[in-house]
Amino acid sequence: MDELLGDFLTETAENLQTVDNEIVLFERDPGNRDVLNNIFRLVHTIKGTCGFLNLPRLERLAHAAETVLGKVRDGQAQVTPAVVSETLSAIDGIKVILAALEASGKEPAGDDEAQIARLNAAIAAPEAPKAEFAPEAVPSLEQDAAAGRGIQSIRVSVALLEQLMTTVSELVLTRNELLQHLRTLKDDRLAVPLQRLSAQVGELQESVMRTRMQPISNAWNVLPRLVRSLSVELGKPIELDMQGGETELDRQLLELIKDPLAHMVRNAADHGIEAAEQRMASGKDARGRIVLKAAQEGGHIVITLADDGRGIDVARLKAKAVALRLLTETDAAQLSAQQAQRLVFHPGLSTADEVTSVSGRGVGMDVVRANIEKIGGAIDIESTAGKGTQFTIRIPLTLAILPALIVASGGQRFAVPQMAVVELVRVGANSEHVVEYVNNAAVMRLRGRLLPLIHLGTLLGIGDGRGGGDYVLIARAGNISFGLIVDNIFDTEEVVVKPVAPILKTLSVYSGNAILGDGAVIMILDANGIAASLGIAGESDVSDALEAPVRDAAQETDAMLLFRAGSPHPKAVPLSLVARLEEFDAAAIEWSEGRPVVQYRDALVPLLAVDGTLTPRVEGRQPALIFDDGTSLVALMVDEVLDIVDTHVDICMTSDLPARLGTAVIAGRATEILDVAHYLSRAGSTAAPAEDKGGRRVLIVDDSAFFRNMLKPLLASAGYRAMTAASADEALALRESGECFDLILSDIEMPGLSGVDFARAVRGDDRWRETPLVALSSLAGEEHVRQGEAAGFDQYVAKFDRSRLLDAVARQFKGEAA
Amino acid sequence: MIPAKLVTVVLGGQLLGIDVTQVQDVIRLGAVSPVPLAPRWIAGVMNLRGRIVTAIDLRARFGLSPRQDRAGSMCVVVEHKGEPYGFIVDDVGDVIDVDPEQIEPNPPTLDRRWQQVSDGIVKLDVLMVLASVRAIMDADLAVAA
Repeated sequence: MDELLGDFLTETAENLQTVDNEIVLFERDPGNRDVLNNIFRLVHTIKGTCGFLNLPRLERLAHAAETVLGKVRDGQAQVTPAVVSETLSAIDGIKVILAALEASGKEPAGDDEAQIARLNAAIAAPEAPKAEFAPEAVPSLEQDAAAGRGIQSIRVSVALLEQLMTTVSELVLTRNELLQHLRTLKDDRLAVPLQRLSAQVGELQESVMRTRMQPISNAWNVLPRLVRSLSVELGKPIELDMQGGETELDRQLLELIKDPLAHMVRNAADHGIEAAEQRMASGKDARGRIVLKAAQEGGHIVITLADDGRGIDVARLKAKAVALRLLTETDAAQLSAQQAQRLVFHPGLSTADEVTSVSGRGVGMDVVRANIEKIGGAIDIESTAGKGTQFTIRIPLTLAILPALIVASGGQRFAVPQMAVVELVRVGANSEHVVEYVNNAAVMRLRGRLLPLIHLGTLLGIGDGRGGGDYVLIARAGNISFGLIVDNIFDTEEVVVKPVAPILKTLSVYSGNAILGDGAVIMILDANGIAASLGIAGESDVSDALEAPVRDAAQETDAMLLFRAGSPHPKAVPLSLVARLEEFDAAAIEWSEGRPVVQYRDALVPLLAVDGTLTPRVEGRQPALIFDDGTSLVALMVDEVLDIVDTHVDICMTSDLPARLGTAVIAGRATEILDVAHYLSRAGSTAAPAEDKGGRRVLIVDDSAFFRNMLKPLLASAGYRAMTAASADEALALRESGECFDLILSDIEMPGLSGVDFARAVRGDDRWRETPLVALSSLAGEEHVRQGEAAGFDQYVAKFDRSRLLDAVARQFKGEAA
Repeated sequence: MIPAKLVTVVLGGQLLGIDVTQVQDVIRLGAVSPVPLAPRWIAGVMNLRGRIVTAIDLRARFGLSPRQDRAGSMCVVVEHKGEPYGFIVDDVGDVIDVDPEQIEPNPPTLDRRWQQVSDGIVKLDVLMVLASVRAIMDADLAVAA
């Protein structure tokens, strides 16, 4: 192909993309002369070059478009949707010709008279007065300002940039190797020039990295056009709002997210946003809105794509999954709403019933997810029925180089990505931090909280576990923090990450390997993998929703604090009810009215014994658990804290003792579960005596026997008459048998009908429709609250928050009285 | 398919032959970083001129006792499914031509583990086992008798 023609094609392709966006912008803001001028100029340039290169067909079409735009510019014609559509369609025609030109080097045969006629007709048609197009607020584009400036950049082939990047990566490694040698050589003559070399290589690396960075708007600029044509095709007015387009991203990543993003926008427009009539019927603006945002957060780019459409119909999605035999009915019933929403990432599932030309063929979100995960990113979904859907994508800034902390354990070095490291703590004799053991589990007190610790050496089976570990590296995996005990911490090094060999892929504790400055190969630890391998992965872990839905819902576990007090038998309280663990100096224990008290946070706190038989220590330190319900503080004396166990608590034996909920088997031993409410009620005269609530009837729906047993006495002591049901079905059976309640408290995560489904069932039938419903959940994220409220819950209370629970119950009754 | 040229290596006194077309490199064994939690026969990972190569302890793979000292060992780098693996062996000899006539099936008395990783016996002056790279990397090898 002619070199001149090649240049023309490249340049025109770029210009056309700009024109697409400008035209959409122009439709929304016809009064903007700058935009109009830009469009006109670009089309004019195409036409002019065509004549020069002898491309008559292209020239004719471009000329027609130019004429139309010229008339609009001169005020001889109005901007109407028809004008915009025909101009876009003419530009599409230009693209088709260009594509053929690129393939064959010749203009394809044929003519565009029909298109040209339509173009001319569009401006000739009488149109509504211009005033109808009230200018809307339009985000100012940087191009506006940049237009007219001289050319400040040159074109470089991507292959060349890639090569430059590879060379620089190798150069960084060589520099690191040199620096390592210098450390052992200690030659001053080399030190200075090497330092300089090092700094220069660093700068070079950064500059080269920057050449690969492009604003994310480069991946976005096809979207306004896409949304516009979807809007026309689907007959729905849709507005696309893009924020943070200047956020920069590695070019390679940009290419990789382009298609997934376009696909998601298409999905949002097609089956996210409802038809205009439907929107108005549900009280929304007729114009659908898609908001795309990008921002840098640390070493990640976070992209969110939100629509204000109908949201995801969880029930239908589940039904589809069952129909496709991806899930059994029981599994489907046990999925939480959020897990169920993640089904959209499963191959073959698409919620659209009708297959349109745009989407709904069920190929897509699984591919989107796979593409995003391939580049080390993650995608999650949050959807509220009737309100809309939001996807959140997190991707690393760049694939190539990762800053990592080098640590040693059991005589070996490992790299931990800096991103996963929260802080470093020195432990041992000269430090304020010590590693403590409860049973055999290592923990550390950090700012008043207990942090689970893991000996890296023990985890990896190298080294003896105890001893040697002088440092704790606090890592973050999802929402979970944990400490890794290591023997030594070296520098941070920038490493070029390489994937591990396929035969090592099954080892989830590694995310890759790399070559260090000294030439040795180092394994890169994966904080998420380590957390998962220890079974401490958190709620936020977006692992496959399909893998283990049963475990989450049915076997709800609670973190229990085990301790000894007064007798050798272990006792336990839910960890979440423990405000702090404290040790009081025996000398600081004072007596008031014959009872031991301590001064704590400017208040006198009663020091309670489990059974009244335990007296405070007279010397040394007295460990105690502090309970705090917001109004009163008590300290419960213990002999020693044993362990923290995450376990499913099932009370096997109830107790007659006032301070006991009963006995459960925890960690293989019969353990007394204490009733924290009992101790809090002894906080002193501040707590008002339980007034008679007139025997108001409260129903507690919770699958955990532990909670039913904890809540029932709590409510009873507050003057309510409480009844319990172990599942939503059981509760609904009570409804069938004609029971009535003044208030229903329901858990959210339950096997069988979830709390949200239960709420719908309650609201969907006259008998209990008016009964106030309070959701109890350990998951009280904003999204959960929204979902719960949408399903019919009046209020949301975190499960362990005793005072707020009573508060909420009282408030519901007050509301009823008012 | 019977290879025409073999790289001969020595492992615990036994001669093995590896198809030369699968061999990328023969090097003196350098530093190997162990990979904790990996199977015992994976010696670790090493740096081969900027490439990361997974080192396979061939003695462990063949159920032989480990060598006291790896120093002086050799490493034959082979490619398997597009990935480089370094077979740690005691010594490396010549590249030899083989005639299909010289190859016979494994004797049934051969240890089960060896049966799996051997594609046959080459009758040279001494007998040589025709090592199967595919089987060494893939097979769930029987526990050594």
